[in-house]
Amino acid sequence: MTADVLSTRALDGGPRRDAASTVFLAALWTCLAVASLFLIFILLTIIVNGAARLDLNLITGVPSTIRPETSGVLPAIMGTLLVIGMTAVIALPLGIAAAIYLEEYADRTRWYNRMIELNIQNLAAVPSIIFGILVLAFVVRSPLNLGAVALSGSIALALLILPVIIISTREALRAVPGEIRDGSLAVGATQLQTVWHQLLPAAVPGIATGSILAISRAIGEAAPLVLIGATSFVTFNPDGPLSRYTVMPVQIFNFATESREEFVALTYATILLLIIILLAMNGLAIFLRNRFQQRW
Amino acid sequence: MTATTIDPVSPGPNSGRQARRELTKSSLRVGERIIEVLLAGAAGLSVLVTIGIVLALVIPLFTFFANVNPIEFLTGTTWTASFGDKFSWAKDWGVLPLVTATFMATGIALLVAIPLGLGIAMFLSEYAGPRLRKVVKPVLELLAGIPTVVYGFLAVAAITPFLQPLLGIPNIYNLLVAGIVMGFMIIPTVASLSEDAMSAVPQALRQGSFALGANRRITTLRVVFPAALSGIIAAIVLGLSRAVGETMILAVAGGNLAQLTGDPREEAQTMTAFIAQIASGDAPQGSPVYYSLFAVGALLFAITLIINVISIRLVRKYRQAY
Repeated sequence: MTADVLSTRALDGGPRRDAASTVFLAALWTCLAVASLFLIFILLTIIVNGAARLDLNLITGVPSTIRPETSGVLPAIMGTLLVIGMTAVIALPLGIAAAIYLEEYADRTRWYNRMIELNIQNLAAVPSIIFGILVLAFVVRSPLNLGAVALSGSIALALLILPVIIISTREALRAVPGEIRDGSLAVGATQLQTVWHQLLPAAVPGIATGSILAISRAIGEAAPLVLIGATSFVTFNPDGPLSRYTVMPVQIFNFATESREEFVALTYATILLLIIILLAMNGLAIFLRNRFQQRW
Repeated sequence: MTATTIDPVSPGPNSGRQARRELTKSSLRVGERIIEVLLAGAAGLSVLVTIGIVLALVIPLFTFFANVNPIEFLTGTTWTASFGDKFSWAKDWGVLPLVTATFMATGIALLVAIPLGLGIAMFLSEYAGPRLRKVVKPVLELLAGIPTVVYGFLAVAAITPFLQPLLGIPNIYNLLVAGIVMGFMIIPTVASLSEDAMSAVPQALRQGSFALGANRRITTLRVVFPAALSGIIAAIVLGLSRAVGETMILAVAGGNLAQLTGDPREEAQTMTAFIAQIASGDAPQGSPVYYSLFAVGALLFAITLIINVISIRLVRKYRQAY
C-alpha cells in the first residue's frame, strides 16, 4: 500500500504540473490554513482573556452576582465531577455489554439484531437536545419523578454517549483476530471465558480510548442539561445523586447571558479550565491509542 | 475462488463466526445463557431508548394538536409562543419562522464546511504524506471537540464584534456569525468521512489515470472525486444533520426572536434555540408553551431522522461499491 502511494507520487510533477495544478494545490493548502487559523484564533482568544482569572478564586469560590471579580465556579466543577462520574458508571457497563453482544453473540441473520444495529446507528445521530426531552418526560417528571437532580442529568448524558461507546467498543473487539477466539474455544474455553479472558483484555486500549472520547463529549455537553433544570443559579456543591446541581458548560451558558464586564472575564476563565480538562483527556486518549494499541 | 469451492474452514470472517457459533451453541452451562441474555438486554436497551423518545415526543402532541390546527402549525408564518400569558392558547403557532431560521443557519454552515472540508479531505487523501496526516487529523478533531456552548459564547464575545462592521450586521445576535461558527464545528465531520471515502478509491483507478497522462489535480478532481461521490455526499448529509440539531451555538449567538426573515444578518430563533429558551426559563408543566416544546422537538426529530436514514443508506451504498 505504501509502495503504491510512493510509486504514484513519483509519476506526478515534472512538465505536466501546469499552472492550474499549482493554483489547485494552493487552494487546498488555503482550506487547511483557514481551518487551522480559526482553531488558533479560538484557543488564543480563550487563553488571552481567561488566563488572568484562572486563579484559586475560580476553583474554590462560588458564583456571585455581587462580586463577580472574585467569585468562582466550584459548584459547577463539583457538579461536573459528580454528573460525569455517574454518567460513566451508567454508560460504560451498558455500552460494553451491548457491544459484546452485537460483536460476539448476535446472529446477524436475525432481523432483531439487524434492527438493533440500525437503531444504534440512528441514535448516534439524534440531536443531543432530544435526549433532554426524553429524560424530561420520563425521569424528571412522572413516572420516575426524580426532579431536576444530578442523577437525571447523568441519565441523559449516559443515553447520549451510549451509541458512541457501543460503536467504538465494537471496533476494538473486531480488531482482535479470529484466531484468538478459535484458539481459546479449541482448548475448551466457553464463549464467556473467551470473551472475559481473551477478547476484553486484548481490546482494553481501544475500549479505553473510545470511552474517554465519549466521556469528554459528555463533559462539554450543555443542551440536554439546559432542558432538565441545570440552569438555576446554584451556589452550593451537590451532596449526592439527588441533589440539585449545575455543570461547567451550563455555567458558561448562564454567564454568557450576563453582560457585565467581570462576568466576561469569569466566563473566559471557566472556558479555559474546561478546555484544559478536555485537552488533557484527548491527549490521554491519543497516548493510550499510540502506546497500548496492539498490532496483530 | 470459484463459486463451487466448498471450504469448511474458509477464513472469511462470517464463516468463522458461524462455525464458532455452532461450536458454542452446545454449551450446557446455564450461567453462559444468563450472561448472553443480559448482554442482549443491554443491546436491546437502545431500542427502548428510541421507543421512549418517540413516546415522549408523540404523547404531548395529542394535547397540542387538540388546541392547534396541524395545518396552521406547519404552514403558519408567525410564532408567538414565548410572548404574553404562558397559559393562553390564543397565540400564533406557525412554526415556519423557526424552521426557516434553522435551515438558514444550516445553509450558512454548509457553505463554510463543504468547500473547506472537501479541500482538507482532498489534501489529506491525495497530497499529504502519512506523517503530515498524522499531525493534521488530531488537530482537526479538536475543532469538533470544543464544546458548542464555547463556540456560541465566542461568536458573541469575539467574532461578531470583529465581523460586525465588515458585514454590516445590525445586531450582536445574528444567524450569519452563528452559522459560520457552526460551519467550522462540522468541518471535521465532513473532512474525515470524505477523506475515508476518497482513500477507499482503489489505487488502480489513480494509476490508470496517471498512465493516461493525467496529473494529480486532474486525477483528484475527475477520477477520485466522482468515484467517492456517494461517500462524500453521505459525509455532507451527516454534517447537515449535526447542524440542524445543534443547540447551544444558536441558543447563545443566534438570537431569541422568532421571525421569518430572508436576511441572515438579522437575529432569528431556530427550533433548537426555541426549545432551549423555553426550557431554561420556567415552562409550567401543562401550559401551552410546554406542549409546544414537544411539538417543535417532534418536528426536529422527524427532520433529523429523515436526514439520518438518507445518510445511512448512502454510506451502505458506497461501501458496496468496492
